[in-house]
Amino acid sequence: MTRHEFGRGVLCALALSALIGCGTVTKIGTQIGQGSGVITEQQATSINKTGAALEKTFADITPEQEYYIGRAVAATILETYPPLDDPAANDYLNELGQTLAMASDRPETFGGYHFLLLDSDQINAFAAPGGLILVCKGLVSCCRNEDELAAVLAHEIGHVQDKDGLKAIKKSRLTSALTTIGVEAGRNLGSAKVKDLTEQFAGGIQDIIHTLVTSGYARGQEYQADAVSVEILGRVGYHTGAMVSMLEEMNRRWDPHGPGFARTHPSPRDRIEHVAPVAGPAADRQSRPATRDRFAAAMSGI
Amino acid sequence: MARIRICVVAAVLLAATVALAVAGVMSIQVRTGKLRTRPSFLGQVTASVGYGDRVTVLDEKSGWIQVRTGNGQTGWIHNSALTEKKVVLNAGQGDVATGASGSELALAGKGFNDEVEAEFRSENPDLDYTWVDRMETFRLTPEQARRFLATGKIASPGGE
Repeated sequence: MTRHEFGRGVLCALALSALIGCGTVTKIGTQIGQGSGVITEQQATSINKTGAALEKTFADITPEQEYYIGRAVAATILETYPPLDDPAANDYLNELGQTLAMASDRPETFGGYHFLLLDSDQINAFAAPGGLILVCKGLVSCCRNEDELAAVLAHEIGHVQDKDGLKAIKKSRLTSALTTIGVEAGRNLGSAKVKDLTEQFAGGIQDIIHTLVTSGYARGQEYQADAVSVEILGRVGYHTGAMVSMLEEMNRRWDPHGPGFARTHPSPRDRIEHVAPVAGPAADRQSRPATRDRFAAAMSGI
Repeated sequence: MARIRICVVAAVLLAATVALAVAGVMSIQVRTGKLRTRPSFLGQVTASVGYGDRVTVLDEKSGWIQVRTGNGQTGWIHNSALTEKKVVLNAGQGDVATGASGSELALAGKGFNDEVEAEFRSENPDLDYTWVDRMETFRLTPEQARRFLATGKIASPGGE
């Protein structure tokens, strides 16, 4: 085999590996190419960069980066929805919510799960990536006991577990940002690169906010979050049927043209239809006296 | 051609070595983690681990991994706190400089980080992080969770 023929072979292999998106093959190919002197180091870097760029998805966002994305998403939501400064209610929300999160398939995030009430009558809640969960008091008021509130919080934990927020970031933006990060990783970012990354960051936050506030997730993602919720309720020991009874109450208050969940979620009726086979029948509202007092005390200010 | 063959063999060996190393050693990918005596949040804490710490995998049980730290401490930690990637805390040195790929490495503090957050906030001066910081202080210990469940008489089918 002449050097020319071999060179063609290496390039074919590289093209193939780039097509199938296999980074390791690309890397070995470029190492071989460099070793034989067919391609220069610079060309190899460039090819590796292209191969790597093909592979970027939400799964390439590290938990640490997810944490900073989540903080920005939460701060942006709080611009429109003011927090409810009710320490007793927020403490209770965190006792319940963090207990539920421990039973999820993703109990550990970079910064942990934290819950906050929003002073809004909308039937609405927002799960920022990484576990910052914001719940409107309007949604809490659809819950008549602790089991039903647990169903609401566990649904939001489901969105964090499934990284639905991160999936809302446009793929082209993600690829471009993560490629910049990868290429520049060997040294500290210059201020121009920080600006560039911040622009991608801000765009990503907008993508997520648009999905959370305006367009909503795909229906399948909502049904899946309901299924995760039922799973968590069962693991902890709450009534899985509380998901159905909560949705029934939500349905009574449902305004299909209203703000919040009406815009971003399937109707409660559709959700009940999907979740009932795993959740079982609606839970009895009066079935757990030991939680009644603390639920009532925490909700007294709402 | 001999040179090419050596390169190919070296590359294959390198890939095999990396694969072996990944199977037995993992990194902590959360800010702080705790090792526990048993595979449950209700187990006693045996040691604390930090972001990027490397641990050796000893056993696995329903989503929990038993590990040993560099100091020889052992305990269980949930798999969501671990990554097979090597977390590099000081990018620019060692593996990063030699060009190990992103699928093997997670670069701590790189990309969307505190620096990008600071820039984002300076470009959006109306954005208020006060409550974001405050909500991150709302923390529940596993002992508080256990008490919360006990006083509410919440009993899981598994008894925990």
